[in-house]
Amino acid sequence: MMPNRGATAPEPARRRPRPWGDPLFRSLAAAAAGIFLVLTAAICLELVRGSALSLAKFGPGFLWSASWNPVTQDFGALSSIAGTLVSTLIAMLLAVPLSLIIALFLVELAPPAISKPVGAAIELLAAVPSIIYGMWGLFVFAPFMSDHIQPFLSSRFGWLPLFKGPPMGIGLLTAGIILALMILPFITSVMRDVLRMVPPVVKEAGYGMGSTVWEVARKVTVRYGVRGMAGACLLGLGRAVGETMAVTFVIGNDHRVSASLFAAGNSIASALANEFAEASEPLYLSALVELGLVLFLMTFAIQGLTHAWIRRLERSAGRGL
Amino acid sequence: MERRDARGRKAVDFAVRTAASLAALLGIGALIWILTEVVRRGAPALNPAFFTALPGPPGVAGGGLANAILGTMALTVAATAVGVPLGMLAGVYLSEFGRDTRLGAAVRFCVNVLMGLPSILVGLFVWTVLVVPFRSFSGYAGATALALIMLPVVARTTEDMLSLVPHALREGALALGTPRWRTTLIAFKAARGGLITGVLLAVARVSGETAPLLFTALNSPFWPRSMSEPVANLTVTVFQYAMSPYADWQAKAWGASLLIMAAVLTTSLLARTFARERTR
Repeated sequence: MMPNRGATAPEPARRRPRPWGDPLFRSLAAAAAGIFLVLTAAICLELVRGSALSLAKFGPGFLWSASWNPVTQDFGALSSIAGTLVSTLIAMLLAVPLSLIIALFLVELAPPAISKPVGAAIELLAAVPSIIYGMWGLFVFAPFMSDHIQPFLSSRFGWLPLFKGPPMGIGLLTAGIILALMILPFITSVMRDVLRMVPPVVKEAGYGMGSTVWEVARKVTVRYGVRGMAGACLLGLGRAVGETMAVTFVIGNDHRVSASLFAAGNSIASALANEFAEASEPLYLSALVELGLVLFLMTFAIQGLTHAWIRRLERSAGRGL
Repeated sequence: MERRDARGRKAVDFAVRTAASLAALLGIGALIWILTEVVRRGAPALNPAFFTALPGPPGVAGGGLANAILGTMALTVAATAVGVPLGMLAGVYLSEFGRDTRLGAAVRFCVNVLMGLPSILVGLFVWTVLVVPFRSFSGYAGATALALIMLPVVARTTEDMLSLVPHALREGALALGTPRWRTTLIAFKAARGGLITGVLLAVARVSGETAPLLFTALNSPFWPRSMSEPVANLTVTVFQYAMSPYADWQAKAWGASLLIMAAVLTTSLLARTFARERTR
């Protein structure tokens, strides 16, 4: 794998020696690589430094305090953390099964004439910027929610505290659904790649035993690719947690904590997007930066989990994905 | 596996197939719904003035978003000019020098962390280091935020694409006495298609970003004159106009959305054709 490092060393008599070229090139490249170390460290440092004021004032109670009052300068992260977790949870609950089914459809069920263009379209959709989803969510989907879906849910399941309250269209549920649509193409395309890597021999063995398409999909393909698909979900989760614009448009931006999914709420990213440019008091800014720090730690944890997961995959690569 | 009635199994199989097809239709239908709405509502706003005029005062119909179009282009070009060479150099280090070194492993970890970093946090970071000290939102800060988003993507693509180049090629060049930097150029040439694809995808992603610009480049109703002032840009304009109560502004937000979407999708398609040429 690596004979290239020693290869340059023994060069006794060159006609045009370039004593400075390679060391310069190497150190330039190393410096560029070093930027990443500096950047990561600087981001951690700045987030901690920026939230110092709020850390000192509110301590760890910041995490579970539900108050958010710029007038009295009393801040707590509970509503933002809860909103982030709830909207992400809704998104994952909707997007993961749907993208699994779509991936199975594309790989196992659909004829190539359908699966090729649809697969390409899904990969393109993963590139659509989040602000487009936000626009659609606010002007098209939120009215649709308040006219059709929310009245339906509250008439059927209104006895649950989850579906109480006026159908405003915007709110945590809408944000979760938009988020699901946003990460759907992303998870689907990774899952499709995983399912494609299942060796045909394994599937053919299943068909040879007389299994139906669904039996092969459930008992062979999914089992074989389950770990890779879990990795796909983790990637989607990382996206959903930090997604800003698609959520900011429709979540309602309210710092009250409510049991109802119809209620307006806020996520960490949406609170930052909405309030940061307008905040002027140092403590207010500092509390917002601390929210950013919490989000950073959340994504960092998800990253670490993904990293560990992928390494486990690589180590057991012999046993399939 | 126990023996079961084939008819029952076939019925289950049929039901599942139907359900899967319906679910696929539902997911794809929703996505098509989004695209058609953007086109339907955005197209009427795209008149000549949209591309040539400055925005009018709040609530007054007319005017355009020429300044924001120009500003978005300027920010994207500046971010690409910084992000692509730096990212590529780092990718070169990872694939050519730091494959098994400890620095390489640490850098690779940081690249992954930065790739997963929500873009709003990039904006927050740039705000603390470039906006607060200089006491002004600026195009520089906006371009830096976008460049920081590009960096890890470009570095990762460069590493991946260079590691696909066979070692025999490098060894052949080195055996002829070619210095390392030229050998790397040769490897770049071999990986050209994939690299162009990666860079184009990074540019596409960055040109549609909103969150990192919210408190770095901010927005402006004027022509972009200097990068040391707030610079008008399409994405933040969409956010501000969509949240405004004026129908004309909301229509313009749809027009700008359509423009952003068309630009991003065109760039992605372009990237895809390069990728296809590579595999040929």
